[in-house]
Amino acid sequence: MKIHEYQAKEILRKYGVPTPRGIPCFSVEEAIAAGKTLGGNIAVVKAQIHAGGRGKGGGVKVAKSPAELETYARQIFGMQLVTHQTGPEGQKVRRLLIEEGADIKKELYVGMVVDRGTQRVALMASSEGGMDIEEVAAHTPEKIHTVFIDPVKGLQDGEADDVAGKIGVPAALVPQARTLLQGLYRAFDETDASLAEINPLVITGDGRVVALDAKMNFDSNALYRHPDIVALRDLDEEDPNEIEASKFDLSYISLDGNIGCLVNGAGLAMATMDIVKLYGGNPANFLDVGGGATTEKVTEAFKLMLKNPNLKAILVNIFGGIMKCDVIAAGVVAAAREVKLDVPLVVRLEGTNVELGKKILADSGLPIISAVNMADAAAKVVAAARG
Amino acid sequence: MSILINKDTRVITQGITGKTGMFHTKMCKEYAFGADCFVAGVTPKKGGQSYEGIPIYDSVKEAKAQTGATVSVIYVPPPFAAAAIDEAVEAEINLVICITEGIPVRDMIRTRNRMQGSKTRLIGPNCPGLITPDEIKIGIMPGHIHKKGPIGVVSRSGTLTYEAVGQLRELGLGQSSCVGIGGDPVNGMKHIDVMKLFNDDPATEAVIMVGEIGGSDEELCARWIKDHMKKPVIGFIAGVTAPPGKRMGHAGAIISGGKGTAQEKLAVMEECGIKVTKNPAEMGKLLKSVL
Repeated sequence: MKIHEYQAKEILRKYGVPTPRGIPCFSVEEAIAAGKTLGGNIAVVKAQIHAGGRGKGGGVKVAKSPAELETYARQIFGMQLVTHQTGPEGQKVRRLLIEEGADIKKELYVGMVVDRGTQRVALMASSEGGMDIEEVAAHTPEKIHTVFIDPVKGLQDGEADDVAGKIGVPAALVPQARTLLQGLYRAFDETDASLAEINPLVITGDGRVVALDAKMNFDSNALYRHPDIVALRDLDEEDPNEIEASKFDLSYISLDGNIGCLVNGAGLAMATMDIVKLYGGNPANFLDVGGGATTEKVTEAFKLMLKNPNLKAILVNIFGGIMKCDVIAAGVVAAAREVKLDVPLVVRLEGTNVELGKKILADSGLPIISAVNMADAAAKVVAAARG
Repeated sequence: MSILINKDTRVITQGITGKTGMFHTKMCKEYAFGADCFVAGVTPKKGGQSYEGIPIYDSVKEAKAQTGATVSVIYVPPPFAAAAIDEAVEAEINLVICITEGIPVRDMIRTRNRMQGSKTRLIGPNCPGLITPDEIKIGIMPGHIHKKGPIGVVSRSGTLTYEAVGQLRELGLGQSSCVGIGGDPVNGMKHIDVMKLFNDDPATEAVIMVGEIGGSDEELCARWIKDHMKKPVIGFIAGVTAPPGKRMGHAGAIISGGKGTAQEKLAVMEECGIKVTKNPAEMGKLLKSVL
C-alpha cells in the first residue's frame, strides 16, 4: 500500500526524523491560508500524488511571494500531472503540501527496502541526492553504500555514523544523521514498511539534516495490524478495477490489451498473459481467482473484465487441483448467463474432474470455445479477438 | 529415490484442526502411503483429541517426542504462522513446509534470522508443498496428476507446477519429486538449494525449473547449474508481459527498480547453458528434447 508524501512525513516525524514545517491542503484556499500560517516569503507548493517524478512533471514549484504561491497552487491543484510513473494520462492532483522553503547546501539520498538475498532490511545511502536512485545504481554503483540491518540489534550507532560519513555528511552533523537514520529504520520496522525513501535528504545552510521528501510503501500482508496506516489509504490514487477486485479477494491488475484472462494461481496467470502475447494477442488484465474460487467470485471476475471497453475476447485457463473443474465450469456458465456475455469466450480446463467440467460447458448451450491445452487456448482466443 | 521426503517420512501437521488443515491432511493421508506418514497433529490446547485417527498434541516438541516425526507442515493462519515455524525450528524438526499465504515480511525476516545456524530446512511460506509421487504428498497439490519417474520439478508457483507436471504426464514422463518453494520474497529453500538435491539424487535424470519475476534467485541458481549441475535443466520464467512496480498475485512477484524482470532471468539462464522456453505450453516438450 502506498501513501502520500505528507503522510509519510507525519509518520517519520513521530520517529524523530526532521522535516520542513508543512501543511497538507485540499483546496487552493487552504493552500493560500497555509502559506500565511507558515509565514516567511518562500514556500514550496508540492502536488501530492502517489507517483514519483513530480518535480520533473511540473508538480513542485518554489514560490517567492504569497502571490506566487497562489499562482502555483491554482496551476497545480486539479491538474493532470504526468510523470514517468503515471502513464500518459497522468494523475489528477487533489491534494497539495505547502512547505516552508529550505536553504539547501547539499542533497543526499537514503532509502530502505527488504533485501531478498540477505533476508534483511537494507539501508542504501548515496551522496547523489535528488536523482533517480536506479540511475545512480546503473551508472555509478560505487556511490551507493549499503548496510544490511540485523533485525534483533537494529541499526547500530557505528553503522549509521559510517554510512553518514561515506555519503558526505560533515563530521559535526553526523550525530544528527545518526538519529535520523535510526529513526527511519524504526519507522520502517514498526510500521511493516516495504519501502522508505528520503530523496533528497538535505544538509541546510544552518547546519541541519532534514528530510525534504519522503516516500513510504507498506506490506499489504501486515496491514491487519496497522489500522492507523490503512486509514491513510487514498482510493483516488488507485485503479478502480483493482479496488473492486480486492473486495472479492481477487488479484487483478489492469493492462492495456483486449484479451481478458481469468486464471487460478499467480504463476499460471502470468504464464497465460505471456502465451497470449506470444501468439500475437494482448492481455487486458492479470487476474488470479485463487485456489478457492466460488461461483460468486468467478461472476465478479467476469463483471470486472467486461467493464473494459476495449475487451474483444476472454480466456479462462484453469488447472484444477483442489478446485474441481466441474465447480469452475458451473461458475463460468452461471457468470456468463448473469453478465450477458457479448464477447467470445475460450475455456481451457485441466485437472480434477475435467471431463465433468467439459460436459457442463458443452451442455450449457452457451457459445463457449473449448480448448484442449494452453497453446490451443491462446491460438483460439487470439483468433477470436481479431474477429 | 527422491529428495527430501519418501514413504518412510513421518509428518506432523501444525494447525490440523483448522478448516484448511483438516481438508488437506485428509487428502494427504489418502495419497499413497499417507496413512503411514501422517502421524501427528498440533493445535495448542487441543492435545489429547484426534482427527481422522491422527493424535493431536499441544506442541511440536511433544508430537515429535511421541511419534518420532521429523517433518512438519503448517496450515496456521498468517498472523501466527511465523511463530509456528519458530516452534518447529526450536523442536529441531528437520524439514518444515509452510503452506500459509500472507505472512508479513517482517515476521519472516525475524524467523529466518532465528533459523541461522539451525539444521532445520524450510520450504515456503506461500507454497503448494512437495510430493514424491506414489509415495507421499505433503501439501495442497492434486496427487492424481503425478506419476513416479525421473524428472525433478522446482517452482515458485502452484498451478504452474501442476501445468508442468500435466505436460510431463502427457508425454509419459513421471517425476522423482516436485517442490513448490513458494511465492514470498523472504522464504526458505531457493531454487539453488533444491537443484543441489536433485543433482545428488540418483533417481532424478533431468529437472524443470520454473521461475517468475522478482528477486534474483533464478539467476543465482543458473550460475550454480553452469558450474556444477551434472544433469540437463530446462526453464520457464513467468511474467514476460508483467508491468513494472505491480505485485502480480504473489508477494514476491514484482519488478522493482527495473530489477527482477523475466527477460533478465531468461538471458542469464541461457548464458548458463540452460534451455529455456518462452512458451509455457512447451515445458514438457523441451524437457523431453534434452533427455
